[in-house]
Amino acid sequence: MTTATSEGTYYVPEMSKLPLLASAGLFLSVFGASTWLSGMPTNPLFVALALFIVAASVFDWGRRLTIVAGIIVFILVNAASEKIASVLTGPMILAMGVAVFITVLWSWFATVIRENIAGLNSPQVKRSYVWGMSWFIFSETMLFSVFFGALFYVRTLAVPWLSGEGHGASNVLLWPGFEATWPLMVTPDMAAHGDSANVLGPGESMSFSEAPSLWTWLPFWNTVLLVTSSVTCHLAHSAIKRDARKAFNTWLGITIVLAVTFLTLQAEEYVVAYQDMGLTLQSGIYGATFFMLTGFHGVHVLLGTIMLSVMWLRSVLKGHFSSKDSFGFDAASWYWHFVDVVWVGLFFAVYIFG
Amino acid sequence: MAHGPAKGLRRWLFTTNHKDIGSMYLWFSFAMFIVGGIFALIVRAELFEPGLQIVDPNFFNQMTTMHGLVMVFGAIMPAFVGLANWMIPLMIGAPDMALPRMNNWSFWILPFAFLMLLSTLFMPGGGPNFGWTFYAPLSTKYAPESVIFFIFAVHIMGASSIMGAINIIATVLNMRAPGMTLMKMPLFVWTWLITAYLLIVVMPVLAGAVTMVLMDTRFGTSFFDGAGGGDPVMFQHIFWFFGHPEVYIMILPAFGIISAIIPTFARKPLFGYSSMVYATASIAFLSFTVWAHHMFTVGMPIAGELFFMYATMLIAVPTGVKVFNWAATMFKGAMTFETPMLFAIAFVMLFTIGGLSGLMLAIAPADFQYHDTYFVVAHFHYVLVPGALFSIIAAAYYWLPKWSGRMYNEVLGKTHFWVAFIGLNLTFFPMHFAGLAGMPRRIPDYHMMFADWNMISSIGALIFGASQILFLYIVLDAIFRGKKATGQVWEGAEGLEWTLPSPAPYHTFSKPPEIK
Repeated sequence: MTTATSEGTYYVPEMSKLPLLASAGLFLSVFGASTWLSGMPTNPLFVALALFIVAASVFDWGRRLTIVAGIIVFILVNAASEKIASVLTGPMILAMGVAVFITVLWSWFATVIRENIAGLNSPQVKRSYVWGMSWFIFSETMLFSVFFGALFYVRTLAVPWLSGEGHGASNVLLWPGFEATWPLMVTPDMAAHGDSANVLGPGESMSFSEAPSLWTWLPFWNTVLLVTSSVTCHLAHSAIKRDARKAFNTWLGITIVLAVTFLTLQAEEYVVAYQDMGLTLQSGIYGATFFMLTGFHGVHVLLGTIMLSVMWLRSVLKGHFSSKDSFGFDAASWYWHFVDVVWVGLFFAVYIFG
Repeated sequence: MAHGPAKGLRRWLFTTNHKDIGSMYLWFSFAMFIVGGIFALIVRAELFEPGLQIVDPNFFNQMTTMHGLVMVFGAIMPAFVGLANWMIPLMIGAPDMALPRMNNWSFWILPFAFLMLLSTLFMPGGGPNFGWTFYAPLSTKYAPESVIFFIFAVHIMGASSIMGAINIIATVLNMRAPGMTLMKMPLFVWTWLITAYLLIVVMPVLAGAVTMVLMDTRFGTSFFDGAGGGDPVMFQHIFWFFGHPEVYIMILPAFGIISAIIPTFARKPLFGYSSMVYATASIAFLSFTVWAHHMFTVGMPIAGELFFMYATMLIAVPTGVKVFNWAATMFKGAMTFETPMLFAIAFVMLFTIGGLSGLMLAIAPADFQYHDTYFVVAHFHYVLVPGALFSIIAAAYYWLPKWSGRMYNEVLGKTHFWVAFIGLNLTFFPMHFAGLAGMPRRIPDYHMMFADWNMISSIGALIFGASQILFLYIVLDAIFRGKKATGQVWEGAEGLEWTLPSPAPYHTFSKPPEIK
């Protein structure tokens, strides 16, 4: 293998098992989740197929062994399929899939890091990674805009139309007495059917208009936490640009502490919402949009926290990153700033004007 | 980079080579094309005569749904990605795709995703039966249990598409040989760059839509339920915000292919190269502003109807630029009519028919008559079959000698063309008349008055389907027994890919070529 540090030689990796294994892990995960959520009987053949692919690739069985083992596994699984199906549940398949997937991702990132340390990544290769991460973040932006779009659509169009705005006439027939408000506390179902309604609104909303004061209002402090963490993340970034490893580790560590605090408070908010406020996923469109937006964001914060923690461990344990080469951390920090910006949007759209 | 192809199955399972991955995409899409085609033939068999004779209505609905899903996500899109994988690095002088391992990952997700999607047909309650557009509440309250498998299959297909698109953008922006400026890129590269951008914008929107369907079905949310303050019409807005750019995702790469083939066989450079680039970009931009023309009859303020009507008609302008440019390229050219050229010329003419029926549908008041009739079915099949599909077949004939190093049989190729051409027009042209006379789409039974047109359509479909078996034979015959092809292959062909020997070596442009 040649080392490529100049333009014009692009490192094309040799054959890799990682993509196939990642696909098998992803398949097992979604197949398990689907089996679980649909309540369908398990299909043991598909699970066996995916696991067989994983095993045959990892242990590098020769052709003869693969074929023989494949036939044996097929016959056995087929013969015992009802037994297996009664034992193997959706959540178990999901857990297997996630385990495979995480292991593959771990090994994939380790490979990329090893290649980078070995000096295989020319500036051109590094630019490909930069483009890759940037467009990934852009696709995430689009994902969030769907849920923001849904919120804006129901607030400005759907809910007023349900109450008879525009030239609608059906509201009188379908939902008599429904009035458009936001937060939507009284659902059309409640307005029309009173006590026999199936879809109930929330007991209380998370809106700023119902908060006693700004200083005791949890979302405000969550905003402070995340905005501060963006600043500390940036300070960590400038530290590594000066090769100040100690400052880098400290600032990045503080960022992670802030992130975990945010996540804890967010979990606390959900507990309060479910237990004390009667605000759940099922609480009409307000509950749906509230939990969809904040929940999706929370999952992204969790992902970002994991990324930043990995970067912190890489720096503390392995001494990775320098002023010249810090792409792993850079990418994680872009992602972090991205989830912070989304939060600011959420703070205004869901909480302040919610 | 001395590593050559490994032996046996490992080569395909573990490859990072853009040519291998391109071939796998193409074969996979052909397999899905046959599967989706069988579903279509079941539909056409049921519609051969009025009355219910072959399948029960619920299974009929599953067939129309799966036909749409498999053709869109399994046949057309992967075929274009396969062509991109093969051709973009060759056309811009790159050693491979920018992110080769992720490239293989995007491919291998697809067989798993379709395994899961197709398996729903055998589940209790059957597979998806709500149409490929999966409108709520058909896909939420009234969906079969298997809808969850459909949702997650769409999720991972979307992940595959997004990764593929990111890879293409990174390749085009970062891997061009020195001197290959943006405005020197072949149009196929340009159209794919813009398509990849569209993919990254709208595939997450589709993911959001299926996620909300999942939440409504299993977690009791009210996104698409009026009782809780949601709105089923919102589903349609979100779906078509994905869906309309999606139809351009399935046609822009086709424009690129046709813009490569016509100059070759007209032996003239493409007329109006830069206007082609700008027209492609305009179409992509406009595609975000027209989604609600799928929903004229669903209930919209008059201002909305007007806006979406005019915006839709505006798309005819850049599309017209393209059609006129292709015509001008052929004008006074030294034309020959090899198989790829036949498919390309048929593309220009028949795609234009589909475009013009699209203009008819764009007129909001007229659409109230056409909506959900076979006229719509005729329209989108005219842009997808002689449009997207013909361009893919043209590309296969055009570049097959470069890929395999061997020529296909020209007589058989032309036979394939004429049988497919007659078959598809027999299938889809009568649908215009059936639709204008009022025959609704997505129904297993119909009034006697539509009997003649439907019988002709079904016979045409059988002819068209049979011609694709011939296509498979031609390709296999070329690969195993064809005459050796030269590097240049086509007399009038220009571009970096033709400077390489045929078949193109396993690794090409490890050192970037000189671009004048």
